[in-house]
Amino acid sequence: MAYTKRIDGRKLDELRDTSAKIGVVPNADGSALFKQGDTVAIAAVYGPKILNPKHCQNPEKGVLRVHYNMLSFSVSERIRPGLSRRSQEISKVTEWALAPLVLLDELPGTVIDVHINILQANAGTRCAGINAAAMALAAAGVPMTEMISAVAVGKIDDKIVTDVTKEEEDYEEGEGATDIPVAFLSNSGKLTLLQLDGRIQAKRMKEALEAGKEACKKIFEIQKKALKEVE
Amino acid sequence: MATKTKKDIVIPGEIISKGNDFLPGDWTMKQGENIIATRIGIVEKYDKLIKIIPISGVYIPRGGNVVIGEIKDITMNGWMVNIGGPYSSFLPLRECPGFIEESEMENVYGIGDLIVTRIFDVRRTSVDLTMKSRERGLGKIQSGIVVRVNPHRVPRVIGKEGSMIKMIKDASNCYITVGQNGLIWINGDDIEKQAFAKRIVEYIVDNTTTEGLTEKVEKWIAENKPASIKTVPKEEKSEENVEVKE
Repeated sequence: MAYTKRIDGRKLDELRDTSAKIGVVPNADGSALFKQGDTVAIAAVYGPKILNPKHCQNPEKGVLRVHYNMLSFSVSERIRPGLSRRSQEISKVTEWALAPLVLLDELPGTVIDVHINILQANAGTRCAGINAAAMALAAAGVPMTEMISAVAVGKIDDKIVTDVTKEEEDYEEGEGATDIPVAFLSNSGKLTLLQLDGRIQAKRMKEALEAGKEACKKIFEIQKKALKEVE
Repeated sequence: MATKTKKDIVIPGEIISKGNDFLPGDWTMKQGENIIATRIGIVEKYDKLIKIIPISGVYIPRGGNVVIGEIKDITMNGWMVNIGGPYSSFLPLRECPGFIEESEMENVYGIGDLIVTRIFDVRRTSVDLTMKSRERGLGKIQSGIVVRVNPHRVPRVIGKEGSMIKMIKDASNCYITVGQNGLIWINGDDIEKQAFAKRIVEYIVDNTTTEGLTEKVEKWIAENKPASIKTVPKEEKSEENVEVKE
């Protein structure tokens, strides 16, 4: 049976119920919560602050450090807390996704710490993490040229779908499932995150990126609305 | 300051001006034909200059600011002070009034002491402090409490020409020194007065976006003032005052 209707009854290009909020961590300089269906991410930004030890400082530009962490209760089967190969990889790709938009040149010798915690996971956690991190950075008053939005597009059997869930990721019939997290910048429309898990034809890839771009525009509107709702 | 409504707040990357009508000022940049905001804040236009007034984030040191800092380290010729900004601040020995023996340095300002100091110079990656000033009130904090607030809300705590701070002083009978870095020193003769002053400050900080803040605070003080606090006798008031206008 081909994948004609999505498991949760959404349209192919429809996002899950998405909401965002800033100022959730009172002690941080900036923080944000981003919720996408059952996926919930909290990002807290500390800094810019002095980077110690001193030999880690860069006199030319600031340093951005991202810590991605999935809490042990975020999935149905408890995961071991702390660093894992997966969390280190996601921290790194998130850092690369965020670095082009932060004006690090203006902050020599300093560090900006971004802590992303996943409270609840149902696929697309790195995208929710990036969305939350971008909002937290903006809320922390870090100089940035633009915003970033991320979404996980996928190819389930032969259909391009937006914002995949865990259930869809595990779909095995037909051509199987492909999961493609993408992140687009809000103004220039540049792509700063692109990963691929599965298989996809070159032609379909273009389609998937188009779908991702459209979805990111919708997510950006949600981020923008939440950021402007100060108090 | 004008009241902040939702539409006044801009986010990074938002186009705030098209064409060549304005010159980009603080926290803005030119991108092609447009001027975009690079920080969350409120747009302000002066003549041909357009700039963003930040509403959140860490303290940005400016020359001449009076700040409250914590002594972090004692070096050969001065003290390292944490004033909350992204860069380290240094208070040189020569910027302290009087002669201080090198062995005496920790008795003057020891590690962990809080001091009221003035920013002398802001350089690319460091800040120089000074204790020499014609204004009174610089020095070590010996008693009282220190409250930390968002540094971008300090102008509202001070009020127009210090009107708000005067009101707090009169109501609570405490001496108050506002550091531009968001640390506020409240010094009174008993804990009850200090606690009341702290509550007023917190109330102001929580309501910075409301219109007619002065009247609201006045009303709040009248409602919440403990009976034990008497109004200030006039002659006491000339003692204090370290206010800085931005």
